[in-house]
Amino acid sequence: MSEARIRWISGPVLRAVTEENFALREAVEVGPQRLLGEVVSLDGDELVVQVYEDTTGLKPGVAIKGTGHPLAIRVGPGLLGRMFDGLLRPLAVTDSPFVTPGVAPPRSEALAFRPTVKKGDRLSGGATFGEATGTGGRAQRCLVPPDCEGEVVSIASAGNHPEDATLLTLRDAAGAIREIAMSHPWPVRVPRPVRARSPGAKPLVTGQRILDCLFPIGQGGKAAIPGGFGTGKTVLLEALAKGCDADVIVYLGCGERGNEMAGVLEEFPELTDPRSGRPLMERTVIIANTSNMPVAAREASIYSAVTVAEYFRDQGLHVALMADSTSRWAEALREVSGRFGELPGEGGYPAYLSSRLADFYERAAVVDTLGGGNGSVTLMGAISPPSGDFSEPVTSHTKRYVRAFWALDVKRAQARFYPAINPLASYAEDAHVFAEWWAANGNPQWLALRRKFLTLLDDQARLERMARIIGKDALPLRQQLTLFCAELVNEAFLRQSALSAIDRTASPARQSAMMRLIGRYIELAEAAVNAGAKLEALARLPCYRPMLRMSEEIGEQEGDKFAALAESVEREIGALIHAGERDDAAKAVG
Amino acid sequence: MMQPRLLVEGAARKLDGPLLFLRRTLEVGLNDAVEVRGSDGHARLGRVAALDEERITIEVLENTAGLSLAESVVRFYGEPLNFAIGPGILGRVFNGVGQVIDGGPPIAAQENYRIEGMPINPYARATPRDFIETGITAVDLMNSLVRGQKLPIFSGGGLPHDRIAVEVAGHARLRGGQSGDFAIVFAGIGVPFDTAEFFRASLEKSGALERTALFLNLASDSSTQRLLTPRFALTAAEYLAFVEGKHVLVILTDLTNYCEALREVSSSKGEIPSRKGFPGYMYSDLATLYERAGCIKGRPGTLTQLPILTMPADDIGHPIPDLTGYITEGQIVLSRDLDRRGVYPPINVLPSLSRLMKDGIGGRYTDPDHPALSSQLYAAYARAAQTRVLASVVGEEGLSPADRKYLAFGGDFEHSFVGQLAARSLDESLAAGWDLLKALPKTELSRLSDKQIAEHIDK
Repeated sequence: MSEARIRWISGPVLRAVTEENFALREAVEVGPQRLLGEVVSLDGDELVVQVYEDTTGLKPGVAIKGTGHPLAIRVGPGLLGRMFDGLLRPLAVTDSPFVTPGVAPPRSEALAFRPTVKKGDRLSGGATFGEATGTGGRAQRCLVPPDCEGEVVSIASAGNHPEDATLLTLRDAAGAIREIAMSHPWPVRVPRPVRARSPGAKPLVTGQRILDCLFPIGQGGKAAIPGGFGTGKTVLLEALAKGCDADVIVYLGCGERGNEMAGVLEEFPELTDPRSGRPLMERTVIIANTSNMPVAAREASIYSAVTVAEYFRDQGLHVALMADSTSRWAEALREVSGRFGELPGEGGYPAYLSSRLADFYERAAVVDTLGGGNGSVTLMGAISPPSGDFSEPVTSHTKRYVRAFWALDVKRAQARFYPAINPLASYAEDAHVFAEWWAANGNPQWLALRRKFLTLLDDQARLERMARIIGKDALPLRQQLTLFCAELVNEAFLRQSALSAIDRTASPARQSAMMRLIGRYIELAEAAVNAGAKLEALARLPCYRPMLRMSEEIGEQEGDKFAALAESVEREIGALIHAGERDDAAKAVG
Repeated sequence: MMQPRLLVEGAARKLDGPLLFLRRTLEVGLNDAVEVRGSDGHARLGRVAALDEERITIEVLENTAGLSLAESVVRFYGEPLNFAIGPGILGRVFNGVGQVIDGGPPIAAQENYRIEGMPINPYARATPRDFIETGITAVDLMNSLVRGQKLPIFSGGGLPHDRIAVEVAGHARLRGGQSGDFAIVFAGIGVPFDTAEFFRASLEKSGALERTALFLNLASDSSTQRLLTPRFALTAAEYLAFVEGKHVLVILTDLTNYCEALREVSSSKGEIPSRKGFPGYMYSDLATLYERAGCIKGRPGTLTQLPILTMPADDIGHPIPDLTGYITEGQIVLSRDLDRRGVYPPINVLPSLSRLMKDGIGGRYTDPDHPALSSQLYAAYARAAQTRVLASVVGEEGLSPADRKYLAFGGDFEHSFVGQLAARSLDESLAAGWDLLKALPKTELSRLSDKQIAEHIDK
């Protein structure tokens, strides 16, 4: 391995001299503590290294060792259910409650392995050679690394093996032997290859009504969640991690709070995955670089997370990656760029911010995997714009690469209206694509109702501006009805408490039932007003409060309660309409 | 204090603002602490900021005026800046760099702790859950504080944030009244003498001074020292919490002065400025302070932070409150408007928030109906605020009867619920909350269940 000596050091950046050969982006180990770093530029005999850990105590003359390969992480079946730092080193192994710099011992937990190939089989990159079962009890495929292929020379028998022990040897066409373990290293900045990308046509069901019904995201899609502090980005992302129907969740805490990561770690093992009935933690990988952990590793953490997501995708799984927050990653990029002395662009960010964001979001896709399966990576990134201003560089660049934009709103958050997504500032470009899926899942009216709700909300904003000038009572009755119905959509449908045991997540069937019921209520209310009923009369009906409260009162598997409520809505408003018509008839006679 | 080990004389080559460049004549490590003494005999703390084969760059953390190249003597400690602490730091007064200034004997040091601290491994953290009763309704009921939380007060010049902080420090207890093994660490960062004196006197009066360690960097002290004051204070707090097992409340005031000092030092180093001239790494830098709050699994103590910052021009979008809000677990926002109208404590509940509230309230900790009550009060007060805007244009007469009820609710909420003459227990706060809701139309209380309405509103 090549070696160099430090010549200059300041913060996480150092310059070193060498007579040997280093490659750009090669991973290096610095000093006796073996701090992890990466070569970021080469000039004659000098190289510049970005160190991912605290550099306190380093001095000129200290040795730097090249590793011969780019910055890589080890992906394998042992990842699920655990928490790692930004460079995918396990956080659970240390004795001290503090994060200490230096290379952590490798994961060496034994997993139950069962081979699915035999000697003489021909395997290509991405093929499955066995099945591993971790502590969680969930079976996973063991993959041949994408860059390997050949004939099976030997394969281990079933039993418990350490994750990094050689289980399979392949002889390739040139006769070279490759040794393969359950886990394998993969360079974080290189997207894992796939056979083909395909357009997504299925929504990723998030369990959040405002998202699934108004601003849906597809499997393999990408969404941005911008919002000032206190608007509920983290709570929303956590709700998505709990409720969405992905097979694997990669949760990246990038420059965020330590207590939040601790909360996730405490809560997830106790919650059950609504689909498998197993603890939620078993489908989750947590990657944490909290705001006080080294900045340079924050820059790398986002690539680690997406590489992990791609690894599970390659097993033919549907993966959702929540990144909280991409702004902290961009700031890390800015800070490190400043230390290199690069020219700053807009907002002090380096000029390549936009292309780095594009690189990241482009790794979302539905794919045909090398192994012949179908998998996807869906990306959801929170953005923390300074003073909640969406015109800042990270938000505006991200907007160019995402298909769904869920804008969080201070006003709604202040009224504790969660999720505080502003329906007028948000969008989902693929919404119409999913109408077919909803129709197949028992809601053919989905697109029409979505349009109706969005129109109501848009009208509400316009009318409220007008009411501010002339007073609410001066609005025509029909417009007052619009405000009344929009309020119902907001309170009964869009508001969804992440803390409520009943309403934390909603299945598509329950969402559809609520959507139809509210749609029907609005139709009837319009008919009643047309027949001369007053709004106060509508609000006095016994069915009004149950309508407002249905998200909290009617849970999953309680379809009969929806039916009963629908029936009382028909009956009570029907009576109002009937009474109005009778009055009209009486007037006509009189 | 650390023993200075190596002495270098006459090696200084260049002085540029806070940076001192030395010829490299000895082996030192990055971030090692140094002490620079000029011909005036005054010792200034500093640290090794950059190193190459010929030169050592030292960042002097105090005023460099009066230093000369020929006569500067630099002592190298051979290790990063440390704070030597031991039992007996409570009841003592320190300056901004951890030296005893109350005339008493020095601290019997047991161990050296790095003032930068070490990031707590998120895996080792325990989720903060213990509800703290502060006696302030707008906090206890609406934005509850829990042990291990960092909850700043966003204030403005002339608002009574100091009084609130003292009252919280004096009243803070668990439900049921016990305050446990409780300690206060107070760090005055660039505060005027009278503010420091107000805290000292108030703590003395309430008898809390003997459980308090004070760290004072007065407005007249070196501004670069301000960067060290909270670090010394938090190092002491971590010692009290995680070594001695106490429940520590850290009051840091005023973080705005800290950030100003950060900007000053950054610009003198010639770094590329970000928003409003503050350095781009201010988020990470503030995080190294705030993230030192928390609870650690298996250790009895907790570290709760109550930082105070004054928003420049009352602007919550200013980088200092903005970046703080992104790191801390919520914020308590004071309102000049309420203060002017005589409401004390003038807490504007709408922009205020406690992120950890959900973990520390409800049946197991406070009251099963606490979450719903707080949510309903928020919804109603937000509606009242909207109605107020409406009324300012169309007049009260132009409002619907329901809206008029909300308007009246808004006034009552501010004066008799947020405003309080004496500390309230949580039960008193809950009762006050239910009482207020009685004035509103029942059909519209959509965040309460029928059962809750029957139990608390109809009775």
